Amino acid sequence: MRHEFRIRVGPASFRIGSEWRAPIDQMRALYAGYPEADFTDFTVRLEAVSFLRRFIRPSVAINGDYMLPDAAPLPLDQGLLAAEMGMNLQMALGWRRQLILHASAVERGGKALIMTGASGSGKSTLSAMLGRKGWRFMGDEFALIDPVSGDAVPYPRLISLKNEAIAALQTSAPDAHFGPLMQGTPKGDICHMAPPLDAVAGMQTRAKPALLLFPRFGYEPAIREMGAGEVFMRLTQASTNYVALGEAGFEALTRFVQQVPARAIDYQSGEQAEALVNQLWDELA
Amino acid sequence: VSGGAILARALRDPASVKTLDANGWTALFSIARAEQLLGTLAYKLSALDLPEAIEAAIADARLNAEYQHRTALWEADSARRALLDFDGTIALMKGTAYVAAGLKAGQGRHIGDLDIMVAEDQISQAEQLLLTKGGWEWVKEDAYDDAYYRTHMHELPPLIHKERDRMIDVHHTILPKTARPRPDAAAMLEDAIDLDDGLSVFSPEDMVCHCAAHLIADGDLTGGMRNLWDMHCLLSEFAERDAQFWEQLGSRARHHQLWSAVSRAARLSARLYGTQIPVSWAAPRWQDGWYIRRILARDGWGRGTGKIVQLLFYIRSHWMRMPPMMLARHLWTKWRKA
Repeated sequence: MRHEFRIRVGPASFRIGSEWRAPIDQMRALYAGYPEADFTDFTVRLEAVSFLRRFIRPSVAINGDYMLPDAAPLPLDQGLLAAEMGMNLQMALGWRRQLILHASAVERGGKALIMTGASGSGKSTLSAMLGRKGWRFMGDEFALIDPVSGDAVPYPRLISLKNEAIAALQTSAPDAHFGPLMQGTPKGDICHMAPPLDAVAGMQTRAKPALLLFPRFGYEPAIREMGAGEVFMRLTQASTNYVALGEAGFEALTRFVQQVPARAIDYQSGEQAEALVNQLWDELA
Repeated sequence: VSGGAILARALRDPASVKTLDANGWTALFSIARAEQLLGTLAYKLSALDLPEAIEAAIADARLNAEYQHRTALWEADSARRALLDFDGTIALMKGTAYVAAGLKAGQGRHIGDLDIMVAEDQISQAEQLLLTKGGWEWVKEDAYDDAYYRTHMHELPPLIHKERDRMIDVHHTILPKTARPRPDAAAMLEDAIDLDDGLSVFSPEDMVCHCAAHLIADGDLTGGMRNLWDMHCLLSEFAERDAQFWEQLGSRARHHQLWSAVSRAARLSARLYGTQIPVSWAAPRWQDGWYIRRILARDGWGRGTGKIVQLLFYIRSHWMRMPPMMLARHLWTKWRKA
């Protein structure tokens, strides 16, 4: 391919090939300071949907080792998003070394806080915010749980901010490195933010999961206890490889649910969320 | 060297991967994934002492193959349970059959959909049971496609399971009805070998005939490397078990009107993977080189190359499947709908 970029994020490594320069340049800038990979676990290819569409209204098909047959192509100015989606897809469909939870994670004192929930729950924004307030950012998309040790394994890829979260973080973290603002994506406006330096420096340092939260944005502040059965079921749905891991996945998840206290929290602002997180962390973690 | 050739060499001579550098490994993994042969490759390489990063990726591929096999056998058993009242032979086909029968071709093999075969005059019975007792439903609601499958194809339109999102293809023979060779499907079911649970697999000769028909006489050679690897494993294992195998295979292939497909697949398998085939089978034909070229056409990023050769084989696949006038009508209908 014309342009190529290799990157290691936590335990996984990627080769990104692109027919255009721009997405690769954007990745190089945002992933500055990450270790480069030699052998890579996965390949992502950003290819023109047809020869003409490389030049005229360029349209990026997200291809690679694993592909979704019905994945819609993106316009070239969303090429960085295409690359990130391609990388996520490789992990979701191909990674078997750890149990993958669709969750964000931060660490303090060797212990990990894991936050999971549907898109729009705020888990990504919360992890970015906490990552600037004394916590070490471990990842905003996938929390990796080692099936042998039970540890959370860092996967600090770029933080994907959506809609209102973009302005919020640009205000509260003006010194952070932001990618281009991509408007009108399938998920609204998206802007990528480079994780803090300590997140990259510490991306080989694992942590013991100590608290699991199910945040929900837009409701009166509240804390709700959750039964182990509900937590287990919701985590099986939040995992992309639970079924594929078979018995090892079942054991890892069972142990996780038995050992890690879980709460659902509702909040309407970052300050509220932070207060709830600190309160629960002091009580439970 | 084409990407396909790199993968073929690794499968044929696993120790050869020792000379690969990091870029070579990355390319090999992408090529193997594109050919759906990574699980197979992982099995072939597991005895070697390799760098840690490679071993970790290989372990992932093996875990994934185990998962696919578990799922495939579960799907087969689900079909068996739905078909408890079915009073005929139910033969598993392709990957699921290789794994269920414990054949070397099953080791690490990628398995997607479940393929089974039943007698043509019993296929509606099987269909009804799968729909009413098994929880499968139609994928396509398109009347033309549905009618096309039922009139001209060797299988029902694909069914998908309501809850598990897995497909089942129910065949009554191994090639479209419109293809020139007319394999003896009744004999295939007659001679199928019972597994101990009520399901069956084809006899060794028929398994090879089906594999070759699928590769050579149906389709545009997409997935040809995997198909030929199946061929290589089946031929090698059966020939080692039974000294009469080649002779029996030759006469069975002629009976099914598949001699040309079977002998060509055997030659290609020998050429690509070093299968030991009898001297009388080995005389090359001029087209073989084009087949090899088409099958190996892939670059180090896992992309298919050689678009023109690909297109020619695509046209050939339609040509073989249906007579020219029918092809014209079919493409016209498809084109109008697109």
